[in-house]
Order: sequence, then structure tokens, then C-alpha cells
Amino acid sequence: MNMSDTLVARDVVQRVLNESMGRGAHFAEVFVEDRANASASLDQRRIQELSSARARGAGVRVVVGETTGFAHTADLSESGLLTAARAAAAVAREGRGGVREVDLENLREYPSRAQVSPSSVEKSAKIELMMRADEVARSRDDAISQVQVGMSDSTRRFLVANSEGIFAADEQVRTRFAVSCVANGDGGMQTGYRPLAATRGFEFLSIDSIEEAALGAAQQALTKLSARPAPSGDLPVVLAGGSGGILFHEACGHGLEADAVMKQASVYAGKVGELVASPLVTLVDDGTMMGEWGYLAIDDEGRPGARNVLIENGVLTDYMWDYLRARKQGRASSGNGRRQSYAHLPMVRMTNTYLLAGDADADEIVAQTPRGVYVAQLGGGQVNTATGDFVFGATAAFMIENGRITTPLRDCNLIGNGPEILKRVDAVATDFSTTPGTCGKDGQQVAVGCGQATMRLSGITIGGTAA
Amino acid sequence: MSELLERAQALLERAHGGEEMEVFISRGVETEIQAYQGEVENLSSSSSAEIGIRILIDGPQGARVGSAYAGSLDEEAIVEAITNARDNARYATEDEFVAFARPDGVSAVTLSLSDPRVSTTSMDEKVALAIELEAMVRGGDQRIRQVDSANYSDYVADAAIVTTTGIAATLERSGAYVSVEAIASEGDEDQTGWGLSVGRAPGDLSLEKASSDAIRRATRMLGAVKAPSSKGIAVFDPRTAATLWSLMGSALSGDAVVRGRSFFAGRLGELVASPLVTLIDDPTDPRHFAASPFDSEGLASRRNELITEGQLQRFVYDTVSGRRAGTASTGNAVRGGVSGSPSAGCRALQLVPGEYDQDEIFRRVGNGVFVESLTGVHSGVNPISGDFSVGITGLMIRDGVLAEPIREVTIASTLQRMLLDVVYVGNDVEWLPGTTAAQTLAIDAISLSGS
Repeated sequence: MNMSDTLVARDVVQRVLNESMGRGAHFAEVFVEDRANASASLDQRRIQELSSARARGAGVRVVVGETTGFAHTADLSESGLLTAARAAAAVAREGRGGVREVDLENLREYPSRAQVSPSSVEKSAKIELMMRADEVARSRDDAISQVQVGMSDSTRRFLVANSEGIFAADEQVRTRFAVSCVANGDGGMQTGYRPLAATRGFEFLSIDSIEEAALGAAQQALTKLSARPAPSGDLPVVLAGGSGGILFHEACGHGLEADAVMKQASVYAGKVGELVASPLVTLVDDGTMMGEWGYLAIDDEGRPGARNVLIENGVLTDYMWDYLRARKQGRASSGNGRRQSYAHLPMVRMTNTYLLAGDADADEIVAQTPRGVYVAQLGGGQVNTATGDFVFGATAAFMIENGRITTPLRDCNLIGNGPEILKRVDAVATDFSTTPGTCGKDGQQVAVGCGQATMRLSGITIGGTAA
Repeated sequence: MSELLERAQALLERAHGGEEMEVFISRGVETEIQAYQGEVENLSSSSSAEIGIRILIDGPQGARVGSAYAGSLDEEAIVEAITNARDNARYATEDEFVAFARPDGVSAVTLSLSDPRVSTTSMDEKVALAIELEAMVRGGDQRIRQVDSANYSDYVADAAIVTTTGIAATLERSGAYVSVEAIASEGDEDQTGWGLSVGRAPGDLSLEKASSDAIRRATRMLGAVKAPSSKGIAVFDPRTAATLWSLMGSALSGDAVVRGRSFFAGRLGELVASPLVTLIDDPTDPRHFAASPFDSEGLASRRNELITEGQLQRFVYDTVSGRRAGTASTGNAVRGGVSGSPSAGCRALQLVPGEYDQDEIFRRVGNGVFVESLTGVHSGVNPISGDFSVGITGLMIRDGVLAEPIREVTIASTLQRMLLDVVYVGNDVEWLPGTTAAQTLAIDAISLSGS
């Protein structure tokens, strides 16, 4: 099947762009999307309402000077698209009307890499996996009182064309499976959570992986039943490989997005070439990590995904760029222009952001920490890019005493200032792994990956209640 | 009868024998404008229409529901949604408590929620609001170095929810907002503050309030230090207090309770909060931005008192969680847009005001911390266990007045303790956007973690 045939024909795209450029615009873009989502959940041992969603539409963006006009429509007919184009072009006040010819490249198509399309899978097969996860989690211990299993997949086909000739189509298939458990104990309830998510098809899920996730979620809730309040104040913190990457996503990832940088709303503005982190820090944003949650063949502006080194041995090397921000700097986009859907404007977003592995031994790092906190799982965070202050939440943490992992701790946030904390990375191990997440920015959600190996911060403020 | 309601009801005829069907249609026109450096940075104006279909099939062990969503009202999209919803229903587990809402005799209040001025105000006037807002912030204080974004947005929407079980509800509403984020600088230091104003139409908006809030919040954070760790009273401003009550509200959801995921479960009638706390969910109150005559299942909104002088009175229910709990819906079905399934949630929370204004609360507290912003709420608050740990910015309170600004600190407690530890409730209610109105709130025994 030729993907683009089923969205909008080349000659129509051409005419919509011509119309968009007619009023003296500097840039125009048409983004056509057809997304199908399916989701199901299991709760209280019952399969709940399954749901399907289909959304098709186009967003037209017209740039005139510093101003972007935008309109979207669910009407993919030529007249619907032209109406959107005129609405978007209305920001161009020269009002000459007419059309300007745009030359499109030959269509670049990126067929889906998914082996088993989610829509080809029997719903009963998905349900079996969910029931299995429920069974396995409950079998772990009688204290597991609630198990919730969520599963979703999305197939997102899109076509993007712009006045500079870009004409590209992609199909992105994502699959997600997550288990949440509640354990009941004398001290109240505790929770455990494990997500599995990839830019892959149904082949991504195996009985083994979902059983492991179910057991992991159950164990996490059970362990926390004996958790003590987390300490308060500054302590060394060891972050286990994987979700610890959220630290970098918040501590500097958002601050390295060129939209924040160009508005001087980032503490990292004007710091290229400077030492901004410990020499152990080499940070990469990499859209090309095949199958990872933040993987993309092309970004939502038609630019191929790329591996971009942001910080090398502690020195800031570059920011992340989308088309608009790159154009102002007279350079190329870094493949970081992303949008939640056709109804949203693209902006600079991360893909898979990770710290390169080091050469220390993970166990040794713990052994060489006399007193501190070991964070086994992080559950998200938030940053103010202008001040650099950020938080991230520990959803599974333990005390480290005399170089050994001991008592489990209750959930808490950790807080720090990006540029200060990056300098406190004093050990990085070899055990690299990644974790999926959803990143929200200005109301738009996109799939991102994070990753790192076990690492240590010499000190960061832990937001617990214990002395 | 409105054209949208007729259209939704016509679709009900497509239900097969033995099926119940729910149709939820929503349409809207939205405008968003961002100003930057005196120019329009982004201008977006679009209309959209969405439909959600849910189909229920009864069986020997109970009912099963499947749902589907389409982002357009094209015949082809509607047919696909109905087919998918019907197929999805086959796979749910039969459940005796699953049902669609039925009219329950409660009549809906009449509320005027849609203001024609959203549509009659010209785009140029709307653009002027965003540009003026930016200029007011840039010109309002010489320490303002940058305005990250000055935004204007509005919408007009109408919706209809109908079912084969007799529900027929329509809703029209409009909204307009301005918001602005200011960056204040002194030496190498930057601080941020944001302000907003909200109403049903552009004419309701106060650029003065939005800009002065942003300026004050950003500039008074200049010189912020990391405070030493301590334990004591935290005073929350109305915005941060609203976040706290939203979190409490999620634990008062009958869904969370019947699923064993609320720390309030089994505690009806008990004293769960300070006697100063009387918490009401009332979407019929027209002052509330989230006011609405109907809930997301099309049942009439009603006033529900949840906590009375500290005593837990009731939980909020939608149809299914109400049945599961052996009671009825309280008119509290909420859903995440047209594509979401109903669940139970608070819709328009407000705390009965206390007697003091903010300054008087500072005086009475004497020493403590004033909280102006919260970060990491989604990562550091667990509404099931009640663990609460968030980053804050704000100012110290010393000798009854505001003192130095503080940053890079966290506050922590548990939601359960915080309710019991409420020591003052302000009289300065702010009708904020979202589902929670709030006033200044003082809570004791909060651990502050800093240097």
C-alpha cells in the first residue's frame, strides 16, 4: 500500500502549499495525520471498557516574518484544506492573494518497522496478556489488593510537506503495556508501577516481559509496605540505570531546547563551549534508537531523526532545534520538531535523551557510598528552565548505609538546580538501560525515552519528612 | 431542541436490538494567540467536532460496554465508531454494576455559561489583548528582562449527551483566558512568575491582574535562597491551595473508594480533617468557572457536601461507581474529553471560607513558609498512599509578615495529616480556572527540606 495515497494526493498538497504561500509568506507547511488508537484496561479482575479512537485531519502552518499562522481541519478534501490554508495565511497582512508555486521533492516514505501491526492482533490475544499480568501480580503475595493493567497501541500515519520542498510520509506504531499494583499493610496502602513501551508493534510484548513487569510492580508495592519516611536535606544519591535518565531530561534536557534558549528563558543560553557538567557527563538526544519509545524515522516536520550530542565530557556542544528556531539561526534542524497531533503546532522536543555509560561498576558505586539514598525508580519530574530549578520523584527508593542498600523509603521528590547538579555527577557505571515516559510541554504530550547507567550525585536535596 | 441534540438523538436509532447506546457530540471553535516582542508570534483559530459512542450489551452476568471516538462528524467516521464500539463491547467482562445513566428526577439548574462576545469580538481586538498584556509586563518593572510568552485564548463550545436510556442533555459554554510568564533579573539571577485572568468572554479579562501578578511573583523571588530544613506551618496561596484540594478531591472519588485506592475508604462519618474544613463540590454555583448544569453522563449537577467541619460526609459517584457502592450517582461523572469513559470525580470544589484575610493569617502564623508555587505534583504526590512531597518557591514568614524569598526546597507531609493539620482558612476565595476554587490556607507540621 502506498501510504500517501490514502492521506492526501501530491497535487492537492501542492495546491494547498501554493495557496498558503500566496500572500507573501516565507514558509508554509501542511501536516496530514491519520491516527488510530486502541486501549483496554483490566481492573478488579475485570476487563473494562475497550475503546478505539480515530482522528484524521490536517494542520496548515504559514510563517510571515516572526509570525506563525495556524489552522487545522478534520476535512481532508481539497476545499477543506484550502480553507485551512487561507485561515492560516490570514496572518500575512499584505493581502496580495493569488498563489506561489512550490517545488516538492519526490515523496520520501518511511514504512512502519512494526512486524505485527496492532490492528491485526485479535483483541482476545491482548486480553489474555492482561489477564496473565493480573494473575501473576496477585500470585506474588496476598497483600496485593488491587491490580490494574493498561494496554494501548497507536498507529500514526502522517504526511508532511512544506514550501522548501520537503515531502515525506511516515508510519509510527507504538505499543504500551503497564501494570499498577496496590499492596495493603498495617501502615496503609502502597503502590507499585511498571511500564513497558516501545515504538514497535505487538511483537514487542512477550509473556516473559509482561510477567516480569507484573512481578516488578507487585514487588515494588510490597517492598514499600515496610518503607520509612524519606530523609530530608542533602545526601549523596545513587540512581539505578534506566529511569534515572529523567534527571537529565529535567535538569538540562528542557533547558537545551532551542525555543527556550532563543527566548533567553534557559539557564543554558549562551553557554555553548562552556563546561556545564561533570566531565563524566556526555549527554545525547537520539531519535534514531530503533524501537525506543522516543524513536522516530522523521520528525513531524519531515526531518530525519538524528543522534545529537548535547554535552560532551561536561562541555555544552549544542542545543536541540526544530525548523523555525534553526531557520532563525541559519542552520539545519536537528530533527527535534514534534507535535502531539495535526491540531498542534510543532515545537522543539526531546526524543530519547540519555547519558552515555561510564566505566565504573554499579555495585561498587553503592559500596563506596557510606550513607545516601538509592533510587531504583523515578516517576517523572518538572523543571523551570529559566531558573534551572527542577524536581524529580522517587517512586522506589532505599537508604544506603555503610555501602549497602537497606531500608525502603516512602515516595518523595528530590530537588536541585540543573547546572549545579550536573557538576555533582561523580560516578557513572556501565549498566546502561532506558525507560519510556510521556513528556508534557505547553499542553502537548509526546512519547520520549530516557536512559543512563547507574550513577551517583555527590549530593542533592531529598524532600522527605525524616530528620 | 437544539440542532446538535437532534443530530445526536437521530444516531440513537442505529442501536441494535438488545443494545443500549450513548452518543456524546462536542463542537467548538478555538482561538489561541501568543505575543512576543510586540508582534504576534503564533495565531491559531480552528473549529473542531468530535463524537464518542458507547454501546452496552446486557448479558446473564451483567452488562458490557465498548466505546469508540472519532475526530469528525463525517458519516464514514461515525459508522466506523459505531462498529468499533459494538465490537469492543464483546470483549469486556460482564459486570452487574455496569450501566448507563438514567434520568433520576433531579432537574438541572439554568446557567448562562456562553457569552456571545467571544464570537463577536474581532480577531484584531483579541490580538491587541495579547500584545498589550506583554507590553504591560515588560513595562511594569525595570527588573523584568523577558516575557517568555503572553497568551490569549478563547473557545465557544456546545455539546450533547444522549442515551437510549432516556438521557438528553445539552450544554453551551465559552471561555476566555490570558496568561503571561515574566522573567525578572538582577545580576546573574533570574526568577519567573506567571499571572492569569479568566472569564467567559474577552471583556471579563483583567490584563491588570494578570500582569501585576506575573510581575509581583517574579520580582519578589529575586534574591531567593535555599532555606534551612525545618518543620512548621506552611501557608498556601489560593493557587497552590487549589492544587491541594484537587488532590484531596481525587481521593474522594467514589471510583477510587470502591476500587480500594483511596485513603478515605471506610472512613465515612469519621473526623478526617480539622473542624475548619467544610468542603463542597458544587457545579451549580455560577461563580465557579467549572459550573455546568450537567455532568459527563448527562445527569443534573448538584451540590454535594463532602466534608462538614472535618467530618467525612460522602464520596462523589458516577452511575457505575454509585451502583457498585450500593448508592446512586451524585451527578459527578467526569471524563477526559469526548474520547474518555466516565468515572467519578469532583467537578467544582470549594472550601467554605474562613474569617481572615491573607495578611491576618500571616500575622497569626507568626513564623512559617508562604508557598506560591508547587512543582513535581505528579511525581511526588501519591493519592493512594497519601505521601506528599513537592518542590516549592515562596517566601519565609517572620514575625507575622513576609520575609526573604526561598527556592530549591521541598515540603512534605501526608495528605491525611495535612487535612487534620489545617490551622487557618482564608476568606479570600479566588474563582480559578479548573475544577477547584480556593483561598489562602495554613497547614501545620509540614517538613521543609532545604540546606
